Amino acid sequence: MTALRNTIPVLTILLAIVIGWYALTYVMNAPFQRDLDRRGGVTSTAGEFFVKTMTQPKPTLPAPHQVAQNFFENTFLRKVTSNRSLVYHAWVTLSATLLGFAFGTALGIAIAVGIVHVRTLDRSLMPWIITSQTIPILALAPMIIVVLAAIGIVGLIPKALISTYLSFFPVAVGMVKGLRSPELTHLDLMHTYHASPAQVFWKLRVPASVPFLFTSMKVAVAASLVGAIVGELPTGAVAGIGAKLLTGAYYSQTIDMFSALVAGSVVAILLVSLVGLAGRIVERSMGARPA
Amino acid sequence: MIARMPWQSLTALLLAAIALFGLPIVASDASAVSATTLVIFALVLAGAAAPALRLSAVAEAALLFVAAHGAAWLLLAGVAGHEGDAGFAFFALVAACWLIAWRLVSVLSAMTPRSRQAGAALRLLVPAIFGAWLLILWEAITRGAGIPFILLPPPSAIGLRFANSLPILAADVNQTIFKSVVAGYAIGCGAGFAVAILADRFLFLRRGLMPIGNMVSALPIIGVAPIMVMWFGFDWHSKAAVVAIMTFFPMLVNTVAGLSASGAMERDLMRTYAAGYTQTLVKLRLPAAAPFIFNALKINSTLALIGAIVAEFFGTPVVGMGFRISTEVGRMNVDMVWAEIAAAALAGSIFYGVLALIERAVTFWHPSVRGG
Repeated sequence: MTALRNTIPVLTILLAIVIGWYALTYVMNAPFQRDLDRRGGVTSTAGEFFVKTMTQPKPTLPAPHQVAQNFFENTFLRKVTSNRSLVYHAWVTLSATLLGFAFGTALGIAIAVGIVHVRTLDRSLMPWIITSQTIPILALAPMIIVVLAAIGIVGLIPKALISTYLSFFPVAVGMVKGLRSPELTHLDLMHTYHASPAQVFWKLRVPASVPFLFTSMKVAVAASLVGAIVGELPTGAVAGIGAKLLTGAYYSQTIDMFSALVAGSVVAILLVSLVGLAGRIVERSMGARPA
Repeated sequence: MIARMPWQSLTALLLAAIALFGLPIVASDASAVSATTLVIFALVLAGAAAPALRLSAVAEAALLFVAAHGAAWLLLAGVAGHEGDAGFAFFALVAACWLIAWRLVSVLSAMTPRSRQAGAALRLLVPAIFGAWLLILWEAITRGAGIPFILLPPPSAIGLRFANSLPILAADVNQTIFKSVVAGYAIGCGAGFAVAILADRFLFLRRGLMPIGNMVSALPIIGVAPIMVMWFGFDWHSKAAVVAIMTFFPMLVNTVAGLSASGAMERDLMRTYAAGYTQTLVKLRLPAAAPFIFNALKINSTLALIGAIVAEFFGTPVVGMGFRISTEVGRMNVDMVWAEIAAAALAGSIFYGVLALIERAVTFWHPSVRGG
């Protein structure tokens, strides 16, 4: 019953979005269609005209069903090795995302461990980590790609580096919070057990930080995907979701652009849900009670 | 005696000793031992020996500061004009200076000043020294090892380029920030706020919008940039549209969360005052939501800059930060790209800083600001 109470409003809003989208499709495609009809000397009824605005090959705003159809064809009906397959492009982006995410998470955890244990690092590094995030670092993306290409490094690594930069921050900040989350009484208890610093770290701080780690990893994986997509823009549109968007923009294939966007969103949702699922499994295996 | 020396100082001494065998500092410099070299060694030794002198913390910090930065300055000045010629001694001495600076930062971090002003100054000084050393190491490595200019220009060259192209940078900042970002940010945050108020009023809307809003925050929204450029043309309007879309959802989600932040007790109190919906909203719930709203504004300040710059990669008039970055990268003018990124960083930090100041003024009652 509660599930129903929660899904009905969501479904209603989604339905409203789809209806609004169709209305907007009509409004945005109508001027061009009217122009087309006038030049061709075609007079059509209001119904025919409406259908025409929904079936343009290169519409200003594609109708939802056009996007859905394009997405379905390019995802399920093509060989995954084909250059037109969205699965192929999504895989290219996904591999850079995952590599960058792995680097970023490792780096973030390392920095957090350093900050928690070395007072000098806490005082000197932490302000810079926070400042580094007020910098629109994505602006660096084209330069990283082009400069690394100039010395012969192309492909996965440059994109993964951008993803690394974007994803280390949430992990570092979340882990600092997590590693510091044990209360004073817990630390005192470890002290009475005569625990060494290493034991305090592995048996108290690390388990306490796990929920924080997975929460921040969800943010990091989404940021990492954005990094990989933007990293694909300056490579001259070779492969990947970003490249697909760019070629779509060159040839004004709006339907392709929208379905690439949908593919990117599907990948994002899958990644975030997988991290969330992994988090739940790990927490359960560590004996956490479901909230 | 030796055992009580910090490891940074011991290693610095060791490195200085190693450097003696790697002279001269600059390979093409004929005179092996000049007066400058002697001064550098004297400074490094003074810095390394400072902990053994048992000075007061302030005096030790001052000595370390002079030693580390004086020696680093002389080393960098010595290598200028001989890029890529630096000998083995150069890097050993730079590393020694860095270790002395590390010791300096540890000494400063361990201080517990009595007055509040001194504490605040210390909190600024420690990261400032860290940042300065990032630049010094960057400069030393790029100049000393002669790293190709295209790969990574030294910070001094970037600074020079920045100072020489102020008019271009100003035009780009004007186009990207004062036109695209400001308009898009105002529209996006304003719309997000308005919808949040509506969602707060109607439970049905809130139940429907919140899961969608939370999900959208994980999506790569930046991908709408090429579509917006197609719709609204190359000028700033399309960038403002991207920024508006990117900033809408964080504002919506955070404001709705903030509006439920006021406690039941306070709401009951408002009811005993016979306050209506509007009065409760304006006098209790919006002020209580202010920390959340400012959080969203801060998140959005970075998102807005990213959105505007990335949207410019898809097409612009011949001005703007994203345009400049993408064209100068193509022409391999890497120093100009770095200058533009420095300008973007500066703009981003100022934007964030202004928001933080306004936040302190508005939420003066909040525990995190009062320091209680």
